[in-house]
Amino acid sequence: MVVKRGATAEVKIAVSVLPGFHVNSNKPSEEYLIPLTLKWEEGGALEAAGPTVFPKPRMEKYAFSPTPLSVFTGDFELIARLKAAAAAPQGPGMLIGKLRYQACNNNSCFPPKTAEVRVSYDVK
Amino acid sequence: MSALRLSVVLATGFVLGCVIYGCSPSRPATAASLKPGKERHVAPDFALKDADGKTVRLSDYKGKVVLLDFWATYCGPCKVEIPWFMDFERKDKNRGFAVLGVDMDDEGWEAVKPFVNDIGINYRIVVGNDATADKFGGIEALPTTFLIDREGRIADVHVGLTSKSEFENDIEQLLQAPAHGGGIIEGKGHPAGASGRVPVAAAVVGAR
Repeated sequence: MVVKRGATAEVKIAVSVLPGFHVNSNKPSEEYLIPLTLKWEEGGALEAAGPTVFPKPRMEKYAFSPTPLSVFTGDFELIARLKAAAAAPQGPGMLIGKLRYQACNNNSCFPPKTAEVRVSYDVK
Repeated sequence: MSALRLSVVLATGFVLGCVIYGCSPSRPATAASLKPGKERHVAPDFALKDADGKTVRLSDYKGKVVLLDFWATYCGPCKVEIPWFMDFERKDKNRGFAVLGVDMDDEGWEAVKPFVNDIGINYRIVVGNDATADKFGGIEALPTTFLIDREGRIADVHVGLTSKSEFENDIEQLLQAPAHGGGIIEGKGHPAGASGRVPVAAAVVGAR
């Protein structure tokens, strides 16, 4: 991805949740639930230029929950807006993002995990 | 503005505990769900802290039937089972039975204490860690619940939400079983051979 100094760039991150599983949305419906979050490492030429845009979640009812839960299932996209600082050093680089999620299926839940998102860029 | 598209597949982990101890995920209740005595292995001992900071060892429960529940506050299926376990504790504690909950929240007591107080959990809770989970073959799916006989041996393991009646049957059988002489054999358990189904849900995580 080529980015000019001072310019913004949009990154679409396609996420796939395995069939039979769901992950909590970025705004879970209950207090104790762990939300989906995306955080970018700081200190490089690219930085976040605003909050991540999440899709509209699904409200799904599961046997283990008395009320529907706000979740993402299947395939969906996040949109991250990034900016190259005006004085960013020119040349290639790699921006690392941490996508934290917590998944369950119909009868079990799994510990929160972090998936790495790598964005290679070239500042001009 | 330039745009880029990446792809991430979320891995959900797999259940090592099932491989080592055998699983019974959501199976119909049967009279013969407990392992025969000769096939039971000694449960690994551990030392973890309770809400008062006191060290609790599994070997402290020698001579009792124990329901050992690995759970977390973010786990919906776990929260369905907890009231059942509270019933069992209330009903059977004077018959040599105890429930011991091992919480696996990364935040530890900061997450657990408010939850325990909100629900009014009447049995002992300790905060677990990866080392303890590894002793039991690795606990990935929650809830994972072990039924331990009076000799400290694992008689059954349930991975995932299980019916209340299945637990009741297990507990009643264990409470009615004749006690063996010599009490609990302390020490580390040894993994059994692979048995039971192994639900695997793993995918390579990457971005391109």
